[in-house]
Amino acid sequence: MTLTAPPRPAPAVAAPPAPAKRPGAAGPRTLISAADLRRHRVAYVVVLGLTLLVFSLVFLFPLYWMVTGAVKSPAEFAQSVPTWIPRTWHPENYATAWTNMRIARYFGNTVQYALGGWLVCLAVDVLAAYALSKMRPVLGRLVLGAMLAGLMLPAAALLVPTYLTVTDLHLLNTPWALWLPAAANAFNVYVLKRFFDQIPDDLLDAAAIDGAGRLRTLWSVMLPLSRPVLGVVSIFIVIGIWKDFLWPLLVLPDPGSQTLSVALARLANTSQVPPTEFIAGLTIAGLPMLVIFLIFQRSIIGGLSAGSMKG
Amino acid sequence: MAVPSAASPSRSATRLRRKAADNLLAYAFLAAGLACFAIFSWYPLVRGIVLSFQQVNFVSDPWFVGLDNYRAVFDDPLFWTAWRNTLLFTGLALVFGFLLPFAIAVLLNEFRHFSGYFRVLVYLPVMLPPIVSVLLWRYFYDPGNGLFNTVLRGVGLPESQWTQSSGTAMISLVLVSTWANLGGATLMYLAALQGIPGELYEAAELDGASIWQRLRHVTFPQLRFIMLVLLLLQIIATMQVFIEPFMLTGTSNPDTITVLVLVYRYAFAVNQDFGLAAAMSVLLFVVLGIFSALYLRLTRSAD
Repeated sequence: MTLTAPPRPAPAVAAPPAPAKRPGAAGPRTLISAADLRRHRVAYVVVLGLTLLVFSLVFLFPLYWMVTGAVKSPAEFAQSVPTWIPRTWHPENYATAWTNMRIARYFGNTVQYALGGWLVCLAVDVLAAYALSKMRPVLGRLVLGAMLAGLMLPAAALLVPTYLTVTDLHLLNTPWALWLPAAANAFNVYVLKRFFDQIPDDLLDAAAIDGAGRLRTLWSVMLPLSRPVLGVVSIFIVIGIWKDFLWPLLVLPDPGSQTLSVALARLANTSQVPPTEFIAGLTIAGLPMLVIFLIFQRSIIGGLSAGSMKG
Repeated sequence: MAVPSAASPSRSATRLRRKAADNLLAYAFLAAGLACFAIFSWYPLVRGIVLSFQQVNFVSDPWFVGLDNYRAVFDDPLFWTAWRNTLLFTGLALVFGFLLPFAIAVLLNEFRHFSGYFRVLVYLPVMLPPIVSVLLWRYFYDPGNGLFNTVLRGVGLPESQWTQSSGTAMISLVLVSTWANLGGATLMYLAALQGIPGELYEAAELDGASIWQRLRHVTFPQLRFIMLVLLLLQIIATMQVFIEPFMLTGTSNPDTITVLVLVYRYAFAVNQDFGLAAAMSVLLFVVLGIFSALYLRLTRSAD
């Protein structure tokens, strides 16, 4: 399967900024006109309020339950009528979980895998995208096509043979088992290349005339200009590694090398820790992603809207 | 760089050498990427197909067994169960996960307040590692004092066994999965909705179209493309469902075993037979390949 055209029209990654909040009804025209909304002000407020309530309940309450459930005493947690606001207060559950369940270890592993994977993926994919975009080697289009064809392969179908390959290379229980397959990410290469394509060649020629080599040009001219796309790609690499489950489950069988996700799955069925401590562990696993989201929400939401990051 | 007109032989030789050097450098930059793709993407594809015709025992070299693996897989009663469950999951996940994000996006797009808050809200669960969502919901589904049964009891409705009864197990898995994933599609619809020119609605309204008619004749046609794309992506994603059945109902529960869980069982849990697992993977690959090809065709023609 050779494809020369991109699998998705993923326009420039420079994300269209989320529309600013518009008080009143001066927004862009949607299904219901501003005049209608003004006329049915009460209905609008009621629907808005109900939606706020329901959505907060559905999407926020489970997280609230998790964060507060972790600080309850086991007795309070087990009550048949749950308490909405914890009456007992044991924040030390978090500390106990951190040490008792060896979460410190798994957390450290996951951070190491995520940051290392980020470096490896960026290095490999940026170099490849730069070569394909600006050096236009013979058969470059074919190479890009073959990479993008890989995007069409469902990960699940390659699980077993990739696992055997990793075993043959003696990479089991090493970070490379996560990093190298992650670097084979056609989506990253494609998004980076599309962005690099927009950088005018004149700039590179000017750098070349000043005596800069290819690598130097990449480092001092291309990369500084590519900050937005590098940011989005970086965020998605880190999120991808942090959220991954099935692949690390297979290639990290040794408990000492496991990610937080895999360790939690194992402990969920074997560990004897009280549920409150376990929930503290879940919170610790989820928190970094929520923090990243709250910090980078504009890039994440923008990147998602610009070119589907799902493929 | 000026184009040399009527280049002398020596100049064209220099150019050729420069070009060769440039190509060499380009492939040096590409080397790491090519190696990663070759080893972890292209080669596994070939190896998976070969493996599905082989018997592997890790003591001697693998040997060819013809169609034995496929025969064994088709004879496994769990095979059909797994496919039926996977299709059921995909179908149910589409009912919730396909229509709901669209409806939510249309609703949220009408609000003039809190639009940033809503966006963050629906996307929060997507950021959670799947294992966290699934284990969190395992507490909610607890038939004893789980949150859901507590609420049901509180409003006087009959309680449910959730994941532990064959009647409700599958729908329970679909609910977690929908909760955890619908934010992505919702945000993509929202982005697409914002691309609809407002004049279309104004024109429709001047023609006397009601809200429903505007929705049907303006919103739907304008979003048809992205809906189709997301539909295919969702089918591809949900047919690879793994973590929900794996964590909530186990790898041997016939009510919820899915194709990927069966692959896991063959290779890593019960049979330790990579040939069987490869055969199953190839079948999954073929089915998903159909949807992938459709997706590819669709997005390509749009480019």
